Amino acid sequence: MVTSLRPGTPAHAGTAPDEAAVRAVLRTVADPEIPSVSIVDLGMVERVDVGPGGIEVELLPTFIGCPAQELIRDAVMDALRPLGLPLTVALTFRVPWTSERITETGRKQLAGAGFAPPAEPGEVRCPYCGSAKVAMDSAFGPTQCRSLFYCRACRQPFEAFKPV
Amino acid sequence: MTVTVMGADVRAALADLVLSMADDEFVIGFSDSEWTGIAPILEEDVAISSIAQDELGHARALYELLAGLLEDGRDADAIAYDREPEAYRHARLLDQGRGDWAVTMARRFLYDTADAARLEVIGDGWAPLAELIAKIRREERYHVMHMTLWAERFARAGGEARSRFVAALEDLALDAPSVLATSPDEAALLGAGVLTRPMAKAAAAWRSEVNRILGPLGIRLNLVTDAAPRTRSEPSADFRWLWGEFTSVRRSEVGATW
Repeated sequence: MVTSLRPGTPAHAGTAPDEAAVRAVLRTVADPEIPSVSIVDLGMVERVDVGPGGIEVELLPTFIGCPAQELIRDAVMDALRPLGLPLTVALTFRVPWTSERITETGRKQLAGAGFAPPAEPGEVRCPYCGSAKVAMDSAFGPTQCRSLFYCRACRQPFEAFKPV
Repeated sequence: MTVTVMGADVRAALADLVLSMADDEFVIGFSDSEWTGIAPILEEDVAISSIAQDELGHARALYELLAGLLEDGRDADAIAYDREPEAYRHARLLDQGRGDWAVTMARRFLYDTADAARLEVIGDGWAPLAELIAKIRREERYHVMHMTLWAERFARAGGEARSRFVAALEDLALDAPSVLATSPDEAALLGAGVLTRPMAKAAAAWRSEVNRILGPLGIRLNLVTDAAPRTRSEPSADFRWLWGEFTSVRRSEVGATW
């Protein structure tokens, strides 16, 4: 199930949408495995063009084999369809997605959801208590983009985004 | 260089390189995914599954590139699934079955380090491949890290763990260099900048990396410099079994969309 952060009719419906309007709609679409952060704040939106031919969006998959890619593309199509323009939504590796593309807002939202934002293993902080006394249990977590950590201070297991 | 300005010889050599890499990733990815649910410990079950998922993703992206390059009407799935076992180009190392956990880890250690050396010599001669490789490298870094940890864990454990791991490495050492075997049309790839250095240089870098990791653990591995051709002329019984598994759904209902 793909989560819509702010469902409903986009504010710009009815007028000719511009790039800002498209980006505003994209802020309502989230990766189903990280429902608290929009794909814009995850840094997945590489390009938005609004022209006579319609709307073109280029998305960067976080991990090449991420099974959520098609779901996210479909969710973007569904979210943009009410704007009433022809849509082209493409996934590309032309530019590599890196964890540095996550915005400051995205990093805060990740932490709020119990995921440590991406950092080299020595720099990871517990998203619950902020302690640096953490240990990586495994580089590989329940999704390709996350690692397993344990906080020795508050004795809480947590997941951290892999820096890539 | 774009595909349209490439000579036919470069194009054929490029297609062969991409197919070899895709088949390597596909075969080891599928083979390792057989551990999902039955790996020795829960964290490792998650890790090997995640690594296998990475490899299958890399394979799919490479098969998609190849479909665009060949333009013979086949899509990525058709290339991945609709060949007879003899037509797969995976390296000899991956023709071996996954065996027990020591064999799987030894095979992954040798493959991941070799694959990293191969990725290092891919240049920007064909931009779509170079862009994909830039992304793949960022993910493969974690595989090498993880396999290095396993090599250390086995070696330092001593006893049966160490002896089984070392025995598996020694069994696989003869086939391991096949991942980086020189292809007959390498000159075309070097000329077009698809490769920045000959595969023999990648193989030398790989041997020293393997020694750098295993040396301090007291493991000496004899990795030959005159590798046999990449692929076996006849695939192994292990691979034929695996082929039967990974094509079974596709063959069960020809033309269906799953």
